[in-house]
Formats: sequence, C-alpha cells, structure tokens
Amino acid sequence: MPVETDLEPGRRPARPDVAEPGISPYRSLTPRSTVEMLARAAAVFRKDITSEFRTRYAVNAIALFAVTTLVAVGFAVGGVGISQPVQASLLWIVIYFSAMSGLSRVFVREEEARTASALRLAAAPGAVLGGKLLFNLVLLVSLEVVIVPLFVGMMHLEVSGWPLMLATLAAGSAGLAVTATVVAAIVSKANAKGALFAVLSFPILLPLLVGAIHGTQAALSSARFAAGMQDFKLLVSYTGVMFIVSLFVFRFIWED
Amino acid sequence: MFLKILLGIWMAGVIVAAFLVTPPGGRDFLDPDSARIIIFHVPNAVVAVTAFFVAMLYAVKYLRGRDLRDDAKSAISAELGLVFAALAIVTGSLFARMQWGSWWNWDPRETGMVVLLLVYAAYFALRSAVDGADRRASLSAVYGIMAIAPMLFLTLVLPRVVFSLHPPTAVAYPKAQRLVLVPAMLGFLGLYLWLFRIRTAVAEVRLKLKRY
Repeated sequence: MPVETDLEPGRRPARPDVAEPGISPYRSLTPRSTVEMLARAAAVFRKDITSEFRTRYAVNAIALFAVTTLVAVGFAVGGVGISQPVQASLLWIVIYFSAMSGLSRVFVREEEARTASALRLAAAPGAVLGGKLLFNLVLLVSLEVVIVPLFVGMMHLEVSGWPLMLATLAAGSAGLAVTATVVAAIVSKANAKGALFAVLSFPILLPLLVGAIHGTQAALSSARFAAGMQDFKLLVSYTGVMFIVSLFVFRFIWED
Repeated sequence: MFLKILLGIWMAGVIVAAFLVTPPGGRDFLDPDSARIIIFHVPNAVVAVTAFFVAMLYAVKYLRGRDLRDDAKSAISAELGLVFAALAIVTGSLFARMQWGSWWNWDPRETGMVVLLLVYAAYFALRSAVDGADRRASLSAVYGIMAIAPMLFLTLVLPRVVFSLHPPTAVAYPKAQRLVLVPAMLGFLGLYLWLFRIRTAVAEVRLKLKRY
C-alpha cells in the first residue's frame, strides 16, 4: 500500500502511474483492484453508519413508519381471518412503504448537508454506490428482523415453509435495496424528494413486488421450497439485472 | 405537405377498410364484429412500445453526446408513447368487455401496458421536478434506461409464466385480416413519425431561441 506523503518543496508532482514505487504523490480516485474498490465501499459504508448513528433519522423514520402501519393493519384485519394472498400482499406493502420512508436518506442527506461534493472528490462512483447500497441493505434487513416476527405474531400468520419465506425475504430485500439506492440518487437532485421517491420506485419495483408477494404466498401455503422456486428465480434475476443496470448508470447521476 | 395529405388519405382508407374489407372474427368470438378492433388495437400497442424503445435509444444517445436535442427527442417519443399506450389500453378494454365480460382482467399484457404507463408517468413527474435543463436531461435519461428492466420482465417473462387471455404474439392472423392489419400498422407508424417530427421541430426552435 503506497504511503501518502506531502510533496517535498520544489518537486514536481508525478503522474501516479509513473511515480516511484512506494511514493504516491496523490491518491488516484480510480481503485486499482477489486479488493481496493471493496475496501473503499466499506469506508463509505462506515461513514454512513457513523453519521446515521449521530441523528438516527433513517432508522427512526423507517421503524416508526413500519410499526405504525403494522398496528393500523393489525387493528383493521388482525382479528378476522384473512386469506393468504392478502396476508402476503399486506406484508410486502408494509415493507415497501417503510423502505420508501427511509431509504432515500443516504443520498438526500449528502445533498442537504452539502457534503455530496466532498464525497465526490473522496471516492469513486462505484465505491459510493457500493457503500450506500450496503448501508440500505443493512437498514432494510434490520427492519425486517423486527417487522416480520411482529407481523407473524400480530396477524396470526402460519408459515409452512420457513426456508422459502426467508429466501424470498432476502432476495426481495436485495432487489428493493438496489433499486431504491439508485432511485434515491436520482431523487436527491430533484425537488419534492419524498413524494417523488415512492412514485419513481414503484413502477420499476412492481415486477419484483409481484414475485415477492407470490413467493411469500407460496411459503405460507406450502412447506416445499419448490413451490416458490420460480418466484425465487425471478427475484434473483431481477436483482441481478437491476444491479448491473445501476452499475452502468450510476456514474451519470453521481457526476452530474 | 404532400406526405401529410398522403398519410391522411391512407389513414382514412385504413379506417374504412377496417369495417368493409376485414372479415368478422370466427366462431370463437361472442360478437364476430368485435374482432375488427384488432385493426386499431394491435398497431396502437406496437407503436406505443416502439415509441418507448425510441425514447430509450435517445436517452442513451443523450448520455453519450450530451446534446439537449436528443433529450427533447427522448421526451417527445415517451410522450407519444403514452398517448398510443393509452389508446391501446382503451381499445383493449372495450374488446375485453365485449368478449370476456369485464373491462379489466389483470391479464399479464394489460398489466404490462399499465406499468409502462406508470413508468413514463413517473418519468414526466421526474422531469417536472428537476431544475436546470442539463440535469433534468441526464437524470431522466438514466430513469428511462432503468425502465428497461421492468419492461423486459413484463413483456418477455411475465406473459410466458402467467396465463394470458391474449393470443401468443406469433399467431398467424388470417390472410384477409393481415390485408388490412399491415397497412394499418404502417399508417399508425406514419402517424407517430409525423407527430414526432412536428414536436421535434418545435423543440429545436425552442432550444435555439433559448441559446440567444
């Protein structure tokens, strides 16, 4: 790892690729290897975790929104037996709208605090996307750790196939986090961010939500993993496609 | 000018032929006359998807060349796509009421069309919410490109996994029907191109005026 040193007086800054070994006049923004890229993404992630713990805005917004909707839904239909398709849809509606209330913070915060330019200078677009994506994924998974058991308890859910249920939740959240992160980057540069975030995300996420609801429904009714295999495949491939598309387009949003 | 008049006569001919030349549908149809709607329904749907595809191509072109004229073309094509998609949905819904007894059946193709409508409605919501022409252009171009993913899943994957009331795309229409359907396709495509050229000319003049 090259050591960062201040330039000696009178010495011209060298191009990084022809610099003497061990001395880097300035750090290149473009990572040289995948490992370095991941390390930088991890640094962005750590930064986001730290600043989130200072305000706890996103965590509070998501958690309170989730619990509020859950209680509202529970009051309305918890006592009545509702069919499995309705239960699966309600679960994903709660997850989707809770996600929409907090996942845009990663980028909106940078714009509001006017730190986006500094971050643009400090890290490559890929590292920023990676770090922010990881942060949103962690946020979403911790939300689900709380919300899913609560939902199961309050709505008297009988889950027949837990492996399928967990796989569907994992793949669904990954796709949700990927899409929401890129849309958050777009929204952070627009006006009326809050409303726009849900509006822009919904049509793009619809195929994913349909697959997730269908897979959850299969997990409620059948113990076999194969019952929801097709939906699981859809979720995984959709997440993959969105991830690749976001790698391609993120540069154009971020460096704008 | 000459092309415009030709297009007008052509479309008038298509409309007349739809009722006089097209044979009524077979015994599968509750009302055989209702089958004639494909002369209007299918071209609208095809042109709508083509227009969205063109919008996407111009979005890519904008991101490569940063020419605001490409952004304007992308937006115009998306706008026209919305109009044709709405017409395809309305004609399809009319036929669904006649044939299947309900205005709306949550058929995968119906759903796909509505999601496309939602995607591009969101696209225009985004455009109206961004200040600055360059920023608006690049953000909406990115969103237009991201819309490929749902478009592919809804048009290629979903109709093959879920049962659809629609005939498969490769269905061979009867020859007498094709006799009108193909000219109708060309007519609607011409209509799209004509509208596209008018709007583009206006947008280019606007961009030039802004520069001075």
